[in-house]
Amino acid sequence: MHIPDGQRFYYWAMAPAAVLVAIFFAVPLLQVLWLSVSEPALGLQNYAALIDNTLLHRVWLNTLRICALTTVFAVLAGYLVAYVMVQVGEQHRFLMIFCIVLTFWLSVLIRAFAWVMILRTEGVVNATLLALGLVEQPLRLVRNETGVLIGMTHYMLPVAVLPMYSSMITISRTFVDAARGLGAGAWQTFLLVYLPLSKPGIIAAAVLVFIFSLGFYITPAILGGGRVVMIAEYIRVSFDETLRWGYAAMLASTLLIALSLGLALLARVVNVRKVFGA
Amino acid sequence: MGDGIKGARSSSHSLSLRKLTKNYGQQTAIEDVSIEVGRGKFLTLLGPSGSGKTTILMTVAGFLAPTSGQILLDDRDITHLAPERRNFGMVFQGYALFPHMTVEENVWFPLRVRGMPFAGARKDVLAILDLVQLGGLASRLPAELSGGQQQRVALARALVFQPNLLLLDEPLSALDKRLRADLQWELSALHRRLGATFISVTHDQDEALSMSDEIVILRDGRVEQSGSPAILYDRPATKFVASFLGESNFIRGEVSDVETDRFRYRVKDRSFLQAGSPAPKHQDGSVLLALRPEKISVGPEPTNLPNSVEGHIADFKYFGSMFYLQVATELFGRMLVKTPAGKAGFDPGMTGQVWLGWTPDASVVVRAS
Repeated sequence: MHIPDGQRFYYWAMAPAAVLVAIFFAVPLLQVLWLSVSEPALGLQNYAALIDNTLLHRVWLNTLRICALTTVFAVLAGYLVAYVMVQVGEQHRFLMIFCIVLTFWLSVLIRAFAWVMILRTEGVVNATLLALGLVEQPLRLVRNETGVLIGMTHYMLPVAVLPMYSSMITISRTFVDAARGLGAGAWQTFLLVYLPLSKPGIIAAAVLVFIFSLGFYITPAILGGGRVVMIAEYIRVSFDETLRWGYAAMLASTLLIALSLGLALLARVVNVRKVFGA
Repeated sequence: MGDGIKGARSSSHSLSLRKLTKNYGQQTAIEDVSIEVGRGKFLTLLGPSGSGKTTILMTVAGFLAPTSGQILLDDRDITHLAPERRNFGMVFQGYALFPHMTVEENVWFPLRVRGMPFAGARKDVLAILDLVQLGGLASRLPAELSGGQQQRVALARALVFQPNLLLLDEPLSALDKRLRADLQWELSALHRRLGATFISVTHDQDEALSMSDEIVILRDGRVEQSGSPAILYDRPATKFVASFLGESNFIRGEVSDVETDRFRYRVKDRSFLQAGSPAPKHQDGSVLLALRPEKISVGPEPTNLPNSVEGHIADFKYFGSMFYLQVATELFGRMLVKTPAGKAGFDPGMTGQVWLGWTPDASVVVRAS
């Protein structure tokens, strides 16, 4: 590639960052990959667990199920938010975007503990339900899969809203008018015209949420109360407690490969650079 | 569908707009607009941008609710009917073809939302696509079509369900000039063939003149004048109509001798004869006349027509069939004259002094505003 003289400086300016990434990211990453095929002995025996270890199967199935459900809930709720954002006026829209971005600034740890407070047996949700007489026993909303799903869906909502919003804002109002003018009712217009036109945004949001969810660690650990083990938690246990480093490295490598495959899938249906706002 | 197309004439409808007004806060988009569209007529709303023509069309379509006034389809009040219940076909500016549907799916759409499955609608869809000469492109996506083809798909989609009315919003404005001319022929042929009532909006005077049975000229949200293309062109009521629809020279003169069916007017020390009555006359006794450039005869010799004035050719353009001449006269200043190139009998590039002449009924008295 030919680089004009005037731009050479900018490439050199990137060098420190590139060196940092190489030393502190690429090298350790390769070490992890290496570890997964060399510990305790050279070979693919760690990966054999993918086939014959039923505990690992359960962890993976747990992870995939929770991620799939999180994706469904986050995309459904996010679609409504994105739709409203497109319909409201400039000022309301700005306020909504501000609130969504605001949630990114809250630590995931704080949010997880906040949910525990809200959802626990004596928490505000159960207290309200009991006071209203809607339930006789407090609902078990936390330290189980329900709690994990609530926490993860909440965390993923902005990730779902933004790509769907940026896709919906490009749908011309004339298509909706045209459908109405040709005899379609409001619901038909939505199902036959608006929904299909917003499909790229839905797909982008779903793949993004799913990929992000795969690596979730803190939220399931806190809201699951140790009962819901997802793959990231399992990796920590293998490194930290059972001390099977090669096995843990295999799990981490598998997760990395799964994420890469997910992204490759995403790249086939949407413009990835756009999804990530580049 | 074949029967449906033939049968459309009997099911064509009339539309009345009665004193329609639309305000946006303090802003008035249209004011006191009353228009009658007869059964099977092709009516064009013509006006510059901001004249309210699109507002009227959107009100008829049901996308805008008028502030006051009534819309009647035949004798039925539809002022407050939802757009999808009016059963009007509409061709949008830019066509608004659904990009995720093929041509046939787009055309099927209005039938589909009326509960017709694809198999049952297929015959009608293909028949109407044949009618607009798109039979071979049924499975293409809109993005794979040219502008003219998209326009035809939009027409087919708007006609396939035998609508009560067809509304066209700047139907040809996105096309290049030659294609526009071709589609003007097609659109008026289609209108005659279907016998349905068409209402079109345009800012293009050629489009309005060539296709319409009736034109409504709008200005600042009000109806300036309406009538057949020939009436509007030959008998413009105001200076605005005379200059917006075609081109005109304007002459201001002092009324002198008035007889029953004609009068004379003076400009400086010269006198001219005009057919008709001097109404509407200005308070100071002057009249304003519009004179179409092609109704002026021009030649290198003095003319024996009742009205004549001399001048010299300041500039000219050659259009193959026509010369457009800018003639500088002492009396009226610059005058535009159009004359058939083959019959001019002189070479505008070589000729200096010319005489212009016109008959008493060539010009027409117009209101100044």
